[in-house]
Amino acid sequence: MYPSRFKYESPKTIVEAIKLLDAGKGDAKVLAGGQSLVPMLKLRFAFPDQIVDINNIPGLDYIRFDADGSLHIGALVRHEHLEKSVEISMRQPTIAAAAPLVADPIVRARGTFVGSVCHADPQGDWAATMIALHGSIVVQGPKGKRTIAMKDFVLGPYANSLNYNEIAIEAVIPAPKGVARGGYLKLERRVGDFATASVAVALDMSGDTVLNAGFALAGVGGKTIDANEAASALIGQKLTEATIAKAAQLVAALAEPRTDHRGSAEYKRHIVETFVKRILVANSAQKVA
Amino acid sequence: MSLNEVKIGGMGASRRRVEDNRFIRGKGNYVDDIVLPGMLHMEILRSPVAHARIKSIDTSAAWDMPGVRLVLTGEMMAARNLAWMPTLSYDTAAVLATDKVRFQGQEVCAVIADDPYIAKDACGKIVVDYEILPPIVNPVQAAAPDAVQIRDDKAGQVGNKIFDWEIGDKARTDNAFADADVVSKIELHYPRTHPSPMETCGSLADYDRATGKLTVYLTTQAPHIVRAAVAMVAELPEQNIRIVSPDIGGGFGNKVPIYPGYVVAILASILTEKPVKWIEDKTGNLTSTGFGRDVYLKGEMALRKDGKILGVRMNTISDHGAFFADAQPSKFKIGLMHSAFAAYDIPTAHMFATGYYTNKAPGGVAYRCSFRVTEAMFFQERMVQAAADDLGMDQAEFRRVNFVKDEQHPHRTAFGFLTDSGQYEKCLDIGLEAIGYKNFAAEKAEAAKRGRLLGIGISTMTEPLGAGNSREYDILGIKMFDSAELRIHMSGKAILRTGSRGQGTGHETTWAQIVAHELGIPADDILVEEGDTDTAPFGMGTYASRSTPVAGAAIAMVARKVRAKARKLAAHLLEVSEEDIEWELGRFYVRGNQERGVTIQDCAMAAYSNMPDGMEPGLENVAYYDPPNLTWPFACYIAKVEIDPETGVWDVLQFVAVDDCGVRINPMIVEGQIMGGLTEAYAMANMQYQTYDEEGNIIGGNYMDFLLPTAWETPGFELYEVVTPCPHHPIGAKGVGECATVGGPAAFVNAVMDALKDKGVRNIDMPLMPNRVYEALTTGKDIYGMPPVRSGN
Amino acid sequence: MSSLYEEINTPPASDIPVRRVTINVNGEARTANVEPRLLLAHLLRQGFKLTGTHTGCDTTNCGACTVLFDGRPIKSCTMFAVQADGHEVQTVEGLASASELHPLQEGFKQEHALQCGFCTPGMMMAAKALLEENLNPTEDEIRWALSGNLCRCTGYQNIVKAVLWAAEKMRAELN
Repeated sequence: MYPSRFKYESPKTIVEAIKLLDAGKGDAKVLAGGQSLVPMLKLRFAFPDQIVDINNIPGLDYIRFDADGSLHIGALVRHEHLEKSVEISMRQPTIAAAAPLVADPIVRARGTFVGSVCHADPQGDWAATMIALHGSIVVQGPKGKRTIAMKDFVLGPYANSLNYNEIAIEAVIPAPKGVARGGYLKLERRVGDFATASVAVALDMSGDTVLNAGFALAGVGGKTIDANEAASALIGQKLTEATIAKAAQLVAALAEPRTDHRGSAEYKRHIVETFVKRILVANSAQKVA
Repeated sequence: MSLNEVKIGGMGASRRRVEDNRFIRGKGNYVDDIVLPGMLHMEILRSPVAHARIKSIDTSAAWDMPGVRLVLTGEMMAARNLAWMPTLSYDTAAVLATDKVRFQGQEVCAVIADDPYIAKDACGKIVVDYEILPPIVNPVQAAAPDAVQIRDDKAGQVGNKIFDWEIGDKARTDNAFADADVVSKIELHYPRTHPSPMETCGSLADYDRATGKLTVYLTTQAPHIVRAAVAMVAELPEQNIRIVSPDIGGGFGNKVPIYPGYVVAILASILTEKPVKWIEDKTGNLTSTGFGRDVYLKGEMALRKDGKILGVRMNTISDHGAFFADAQPSKFKIGLMHSAFAAYDIPTAHMFATGYYTNKAPGGVAYRCSFRVTEAMFFQERMVQAAADDLGMDQAEFRRVNFVKDEQHPHRTAFGFLTDSGQYEKCLDIGLEAIGYKNFAAEKAEAAKRGRLLGIGISTMTEPLGAGNSREYDILGIKMFDSAELRIHMSGKAILRTGSRGQGTGHETTWAQIVAHELGIPADDILVEEGDTDTAPFGMGTYASRSTPVAGAAIAMVARKVRAKARKLAAHLLEVSEEDIEWELGRFYVRGNQERGVTIQDCAMAAYSNMPDGMEPGLENVAYYDPPNLTWPFACYIAKVEIDPETGVWDVLQFVAVDDCGVRINPMIVEGQIMGGLTEAYAMANMQYQTYDEEGNIIGGNYMDFLLPTAWETPGFELYEVVTPCPHHPIGAKGVGECATVGGPAAFVNAVMDALKDKGVRNIDMPLMPNRVYEALTTGKDIYGMPPVRSGN
Repeated sequence: MSSLYEEINTPPASDIPVRRVTINVNGEARTANVEPRLLLAHLLRQGFKLTGTHTGCDTTNCGACTVLFDGRPIKSCTMFAVQADGHEVQTVEGLASASELHPLQEGFKQEHALQCGFCTPGMMMAAKALLEENLNPTEDEIRWALSGNLCRCTGYQNIVKAVLWAAEKMRAELN
């Protein structure tokens, strides 16, 4: 309930924040939404020497679709901004489906999308969504900016590939070549519970043909599961009972669930397969816009 | 000219709550809100392991931290004879561990510092050297002949068994089984769960050396029991101990026992000569305080082929954790488990009960029930469902055949209770109509077309409330009466004090309604106080829904005593003899001349200014009520659920509750209690449980894993009312606070089982989480016991 | 008395990092010297003596500590007091005006939406945030918006009714 002592800085620019992280030599943590970090501090699972609060840095709370159709989400975009965004609901259905399922409504008012991706919780919804959408993270450090593809960003449970003196400042989701479709389903016993299993499905469609697809899983492995290779079952195909079944099977085979108090490994794998099917079936019924 | 009882806030008025005025403004006065000058803060260091010998404790680094005032260990407590304390079940429990720790979360040291942050820092600096011992995490392990002995501190204790207990007629029951056409059997586990009120336990102890008075503000549902216990344990004179139970953020039985933190805070206050506040965090509450349930059942029913129950056998094994700390009447080792089947006309029954120690948090408490009645009624209704299924008989029909009929009351149950009233079939009929029972087969078929499984579950029960009569009931030897003290001021306004303690149950509102009913004084004119042992008359507190049956009765009785004196005053004012006085709500009048009368307020003024010769002034009295019997509300709960067979997720389509709790003082509050209780029932059926892995690590020790449903999952409830007044209660009320928690879980479980009947599944133990339902319906096998746990997860 | 909660301007103790913060609480500027690790909930309760905000868990699950931060609901146990420097915080104590209760407060009383009262302040603040965005919510929308606030006593049914009651009154007051 009571964190250990730490020093606190609230820089007004990204450059200032980076300087502080650099001087911290790895013992400083970035505080954005705090909905994952602060609970860890209170339980004393983490006890950094310094907290660098980036909430007072202006210009980081944008949701922006560029002319090329790519989506850019700034570091201080709260989950609920995505939940309420009409443009997101029309153009990025996987994100729109996942947003209401993140934690609970009060946490969503404060927690950030980018912070959640960085936290790399194996049960985190956004890391899975970003992998399915083939997203990348824009990172800034003392030497300037670089972009890290999602598959290289999450290294393991609660581990990302940022250097200690870098801050993630933006998430980028590439534009679909056709029309973005997809969905997100999560089996949780109640709002705010950790997932028994979650499935992110992203589709890029031209008419009723799949141009590209992405799959990722949360809650069914030691880290977020990248199941994008299952897209091979759908690319160039239409969504039929057969292709859907095959894709669902491939995705489920890539899950690495463990038996625990939320269910057996077999059950979780079955949920993955069921959810992939349900999302694909729901999308196959839609007419082309 | 007569008063409208509802308008003055009497019986039957849905009077809006007096308590709300401060709560809605954020002006409640919970223990953690209280601040005393110079107050220090206490944090407890808890054991991370389930079973270990303590080899050494080094607190030196903690003492060295600036802001730390005192560090207490078990050794220091032992030097003052305070390392162990009596429990409410005649056992002993550790206050701070000395030789061993016996459960994960057990209190080992306490740090008292200027603020809780520093106290927590200092706890982190204490070094304890544990020698791990094999943990025992269930009664099977506890009973093994080579099992390590947990309570090696108890002289005379052999192994890990706490008690064997028996009730009923074994020989006659054996004969019934020999004659049976069908014997129905079922094995059940009611899993460990936790009352988990929103507010945790805590205390603020203030020992004043100058006056020798100890004042303790603490979260207790029974302040007088605490005072008696503190007098015993701390060896302070009873008149110098003041226990104040301020606003309580929910109890549900969790706030009945006396916890180590209270005792340590009191000693700390005595030693530091400053007030010491201890507020536990949610993890402390969930891992160390009174849990509920954790009982196994082997149940058998002897049946005639026409559906009549010939006899019942129950064999229970209960897991009490490291200390037998049940808060319950001393005569009954497994509480009122033998109240099972009270609603059914059964000729004979027999029960064996055994209790064991394990390396888990101690207890359990009566979690929103009368002492194990939740287990009794759950086991009963699951056995009834299984029996009806085994006979191929309709669930409702089977109950009808076996219900005690209205005219059979008073009725002696097979286990020896005396039920006195009820209209069981009427409640069942209302419930069946409301749930659309006749149409269900069609509904079920339609859902099957959509690939969904539908089920209906019935739970009917009568349960004993209002413990209890002094012949049979006591806690640590103290009889379980309750009390009310009523003083009418000269303006006709009043103050009422009782020995009960509301915890959200609305006493400040409803107790005034009883007085309004008896005396015609508007409820708004009556101030109700509870919880301060310096001013409240002695009572055994609020739990087991005993307040309305016992304290409520005392209130009616004291109001009648006051009215009897007021009658004399009225006669004096009206200058007639007492025999010529009649009463109607709020006034006395002369017989034959209704216009000529005086109000109760006139009588009050006269008590201070115009007494007849020889009469003592004042208008007040006190009543102590020893209930002649328990009260017996009845409930019929019916759930309709829909299962998604692909995931095991089930939704409640409709839930109907028919409650007969006798006369309702405040219908709005009664309904609130029922809905709250049904939500806890839903929680337990669906998701709310605790378990331990093979190393004794708890699962469900914080709110990430101990799941309470939110507004989103919780279903809506349709409430219906039947009123069968209690024949022995002064106002005909029976009490209602726990009925829904007692009867509710079986309705949900029976409904899911009904939906899975065709799959060959007979039982899934709670919680019916989606994975368990899925496993059962795909394998056709029952799911028995706790969800599998992997240590380290 | 520790320097953790002092509301007056005194020099900080030597090796403990202490910051001076000024927070607009219920319309009034309040200043305190705080350690960075002090949770906002504790500053409100112990520093500013606004004990209406409660702490009911230690894992950011229960929502009893919900307050409004710049108009949005937050769990004040999961934010540090230093983060609120220069911001606006509204607690349950700021719901009523000098002369009147807020319709939510009235509605909670009318519809028996509280029993022990411990979750109630957080519940009302979350409901207020909902009504500020949507003055005509459906039952589902209310249950969804309050799914971050646990209640152990009421079963939520009357809480929903209370919010509907308040919404109706607030809509009527607009006309």
